[in-house]
Amino acid sequence: MTTPDAPVRAPALEMRGITKRYPGVTANDHIDLDVRPGEIHALLGENGAGKTTLMNILYGLARPDEGAILLDGQEVNISGPSDAIARGINMVHQHFMLVPVFSIAENILLGEETMAGPIFLDRREARRGIVELGRRFGFEIDPDLRVGSLSVGWQQRVEILKALYRDAKILVLDEPTAVLTPQETEEIFAVLRRLAAEGHSIVFISHKLYEVLEIADRITVIRRGKVVGQRLPAETDEDDLAELMVGRGVQLTVDRGESHPADVAVRLEGLEVKDDRGSIAVRGVDLEVRSGEILGIAGVAGNGQDELVEAIVGLRHAAGGRIGLQGADITHASPRRINEAGVAYVPADRHRFGLVLSFPVADNLVLTDYYRRPYARGFIRNDEAIEATAEERIREYDVRTPSADVRAGTLSGGNQQKLVVARELSRDLKLLVLDQPTRGLDVGSIEFIHRQAIAKRDAGTAILLVSAELDEILELSDRIAVMYRGRIVAVRDGRTADKNEIGLLMATGGEARSPAAAIGPAV
Amino acid sequence: MDGLINALYSIPVAGVLFQLAGYLVNVVPDISPLILQAATPIALAALCGVMCERAGVVNIGIEGIMITAAFVGWYSGVLLVPVLGTTAIGPFGMSLALVVALGVALASGVVISALHAWLSISVRADQIISGTIINIAAFGLTGYLNNLIAKTSPNGAGAFTQFRPPREVTDIPVIGWILNMFLNQGPIAMSVIVLVVIFQILLFRSRWGLRSRAVGEHPRAAETVGINVIRVRYRNVLIGGVFAALGGAYLSMEATNSFQQGMTTGRGFIGLAAMIVGRWSPVGAFGAALLFSSSTALGNSIKFSPPSGDLGTILTSLPDQVYDALPYLVTIVILAGVVGRSIPPAADGQPYEREAAT
Amino acid sequence: MTAPSSSGSPGRATPLLAQIWAVIALPLISILLALLVGAFVILASQLVLPGGNLDLLLPLTAYAALFQGAFGNFDALVDTLISTTPLVLGGLSVGLAFKAGLFNIGAQGQFLLGALGAVAAGVALAGAPPLVAITVALAAGILAGAFWGFIPGLLKAVSGAHEVVVTIMLNYIAIAVIAAVVGGPLRQQGRPEAITPDVGNAALPVIIGNDGHAGIALAIVAVAVVAFLLFRTTLGFEIRIVGANPDAARYAGMRPRALTILTMSIAGALAGLAGAVVVLGVTHLMTPSFGTTVGFDSIAVALLGRTNPVGIVAAAFLFGALRAGASLMQIKAGIPVELIDVLQATILLFLVANPVLRRAFRLRGVKAGLETTETITKTYAGEVAPR
Repeated sequence: MTTPDAPVRAPALEMRGITKRYPGVTANDHIDLDVRPGEIHALLGENGAGKTTLMNILYGLARPDEGAILLDGQEVNISGPSDAIARGINMVHQHFMLVPVFSIAENILLGEETMAGPIFLDRREARRGIVELGRRFGFEIDPDLRVGSLSVGWQQRVEILKALYRDAKILVLDEPTAVLTPQETEEIFAVLRRLAAEGHSIVFISHKLYEVLEIADRITVIRRGKVVGQRLPAETDEDDLAELMVGRGVQLTVDRGESHPADVAVRLEGLEVKDDRGSIAVRGVDLEVRSGEILGIAGVAGNGQDELVEAIVGLRHAAGGRIGLQGADITHASPRRINEAGVAYVPADRHRFGLVLSFPVADNLVLTDYYRRPYARGFIRNDEAIEATAEERIREYDVRTPSADVRAGTLSGGNQQKLVVARELSRDLKLLVLDQPTRGLDVGSIEFIHRQAIAKRDAGTAILLVSAELDEILELSDRIAVMYRGRIVAVRDGRTADKNEIGLLMATGGEARSPAAAIGPAV
Repeated sequence: MDGLINALYSIPVAGVLFQLAGYLVNVVPDISPLILQAATPIALAALCGVMCERAGVVNIGIEGIMITAAFVGWYSGVLLVPVLGTTAIGPFGMSLALVVALGVALASGVVISALHAWLSISVRADQIISGTIINIAAFGLTGYLNNLIAKTSPNGAGAFTQFRPPREVTDIPVIGWILNMFLNQGPIAMSVIVLVVIFQILLFRSRWGLRSRAVGEHPRAAETVGINVIRVRYRNVLIGGVFAALGGAYLSMEATNSFQQGMTTGRGFIGLAAMIVGRWSPVGAFGAALLFSSSTALGNSIKFSPPSGDLGTILTSLPDQVYDALPYLVTIVILAGVVGRSIPPAADGQPYEREAAT
Repeated sequence: MTAPSSSGSPGRATPLLAQIWAVIALPLISILLALLVGAFVILASQLVLPGGNLDLLLPLTAYAALFQGAFGNFDALVDTLISTTPLVLGGLSVGLAFKAGLFNIGAQGQFLLGALGAVAAGVALAGAPPLVAITVALAAGILAGAFWGFIPGLLKAVSGAHEVVVTIMLNYIAIAVIAAVVGGPLRQQGRPEAITPDVGNAALPVIIGNDGHAGIALAIVAVAVVAFLLFRTTLGFEIRIVGANPDAARYAGMRPRALTILTMSIAGALAGLAGAVVVLGVTHLMTPSFGTTVGFDSIAVALLGRTNPVGIVAAAFLFGALRAGASLMQIKAGIPVELIDVLQATILLFLVANPVLRRAFRLRGVKAGLETTETITKTYAGEVAPR
């Protein structure tokens, strides 16, 4: 750990004026970053702020449009991952780059194989080296375990070992604690401190405020692709960082007015749902949504919200508990029955569940009603009725499309979402489920969809809103529930909710501690 | 002892099962070389499949590669005989013409695989359609050329002959018949078990094997550690082509000594089924190939020397075609039972796009 | 109606000619290039064969004979129609399956079983009134084919076994079944070779020329029925949606597994009808080695016709003409009929490699060469279709 009066050396890594543009968005806007040897430097920012793009550039997975990268004072041109690795830059990705069916040893060896002769791997030597490496950083590791069977915390360690096995000088960790328990986080921090003490430079990307304060020597904050501030942990606190990260104030674009909630429309009791890998994603959720109110579920993506929502609309099997819609039990009902009972769904992944891109706009607009009058008389489809409805909806919801016959895939993202909204909102609804409804949309479309949601609420529909955008939750929700690791950890009134408190709850689940109480071996 | 066996055989209904067991015990050692012969093209096709799919490329065109190699091998022999002669220069009756022709056949396999590789990896076409087109092209071209050639009644270069293991070996009790099974063969059939073992070891213990498997499971992860996914996939598909070509050459240069149109009779596809049942491992695929081909060999054995007693009466009353259809039936049944529990490489069949290094 | 533009910008009404070009450009170029390749093959094979002299005009002679055999006179034209008929039905079979995200390589086996069913019923009813005999025989063929399609559909829906391997196995089993039945129960007594009796009154009546049988009309009807089913009914809508996006289909309340089984059965019925039509309209009996190229040609027809009923008719006509003309080509130019297989494969090869063609010929706004869905390969290794 460096102290302010340590001798000044050339930074191990310097990124100057890095700029990267993608169609429609500037991901990195003249970003400067420098990291000293033996320093843990945190890169703080919200999802989509540009952190991952910056690191992809460093790792050779992308090329900057402008700017330069210097290692130990020398400007370098990084051509690809193997080049980066050869230069001592190693990245631990947010989504693990581990092969689940391989053992720990095989994953670590891949690309940097320890050989016994020209053909065969030297597994014994590799095993020995890995165990020793693990011990150096304080953990016992069995290299023959299959990575797929490891807990997330251990997978994280394997990723770090992978980097260390390659003599990493600069280690980049992208959201390393996003899926770790507090205990596992402490253990990883211990490892990182040891690494820094040995002279490795560490870039620690995160959006978790108190962790950053605990582990970093310096903190650089990024917002919307630009550097908005640099701090030393001693000079700042969570509120200051939160403000830098999300900007001042909340821009309300729509005044939602008063809500007049009536009876309970949806009741979840002890709901349990498994994810695609078979582990429990929703751990016994109790929740109520009333007619005429918007309940917003705030949470970092991946805490069980998608599974919760899919279970409600019938697309995922509920492993336990009960879902009641105005008294009727819809826990195991089919998607069609749930739809007919008055539930609408605007999915997070509109390309998967919301639209059939290769089909015309008109067909997409009747996707859930195609079998009913007037769109079909028995077996036979009624094209005129479908066209007529399509034209009407396109007008009503201001969908920009040359006609109702073009493929849905040719529309812009905002208009595609409007299509889904047009279809789902155009009937009497008991429950409307909105999952990340404005992700990736332009401001105009966002405002439009928000207005539609409020209108539905005022008409008496119960609305369940799931979003990773805290601003959206605060703007629309009459009540706010925070979801963390499959549980609802808090419920707040939308009129009095404090943004920073909600943000903290989203990031920590209410298990926040002040940095002074951190456990871990002092370096 | 005999009295006990006879008693078991005469139990109604269940007795037939005992008769079946008795028949198998008697017959399998004798027909074991035939089982391996029937398994050879299937196993080689399965090895090609394993090689390709472990790296993430689905190869339906194995049947096409086999028929092409069968034709090219035979016809190269025809062309080479006047030049290189038919005198044997080594064991297995191999003449220069025969050996060179085999080499040409294997090269043809590489060429066709290159086409499939290009379509699947670079053009990123649907891999099943690309494989099907290769099959149609291969059958069409070989049929066309064969038709033109057959009019001239050409003489081929003959075929590889079988090695006859000495009595001392085959008479060893208990394992003698297994040794006979693997040694009483021509060179290609004999090489199968060797190739299977080598390939199994390499796939799981060598650097090449590790990287190939990584590319088929998680190509993105492989790319981030610096592996060239495209190059690995191309390489593996081409090597797979050699295996498939060897299987095809076996048909026209060892099992028989001439080419018939359509002589692969679906064995390329049975090889794919063997690969799935064998869980994409060389040894497993070989075992599955033996399983599938034992039904062929057993069927023939029942046709020509049926068992006696009730079992025999039942079996000989079935029409011949039941035995012809047996390998395909067995394949369907086992495949339907096993698939879904047999997990392919995670990225199998998915075209890969490199992370844009723009 | 405006044509969909690939760039997504609001399109103006594009002229009719441009719309037609967009659809036929790649198939047309593929066909022309394939003919070139075929000419090259004809020339090259003269060199490869011993004792051949190089006749540079041979490709022209061959193609001329091909054309003459297909369109040269009225009888040739009728022959072309007769060849086209089963290809239309087979192409519909494979094309319908493609629409649902399934690859029906088993059309050949379904074709054979359909023929067998039709012959069996036809022989049994050979003396009955023609209307009864024909109807029952056709129905038997349709049902037999449907059954042979039902099996792989069921296996796929229930166990996830991919239809490609299963249907190919069934193709070979079908050959064995034919041989067994024709050589056994259906065998005509008193003849040294295995052959069924004539189907008598179950034969399809001739409606055009000397041999043009009623199957031609049946094929046209089938096209209308399938087109109606696919594009005007709710079932057809479900089939197409499941093939395009099974997840959205689930949300829309459709049941992908049931649709898989149903689609494969209908596809089998169509291919079975093709077999019935050939046996009742052309051969009027069956031998153990009954077999034609129809099953595999159907795949080419469906791919070339872009799984669209109108396109399928055009593609079927092309391949029907090629097959019909091939025998004259063999007689006059000595070129084996298998050249048609080579041409067929080459056309498909160019279609599949269409990104390369598009760049080479600088084609813009042209529809992609192949229109099959992604789901075909996605479910290859046993991913069970969602409930």
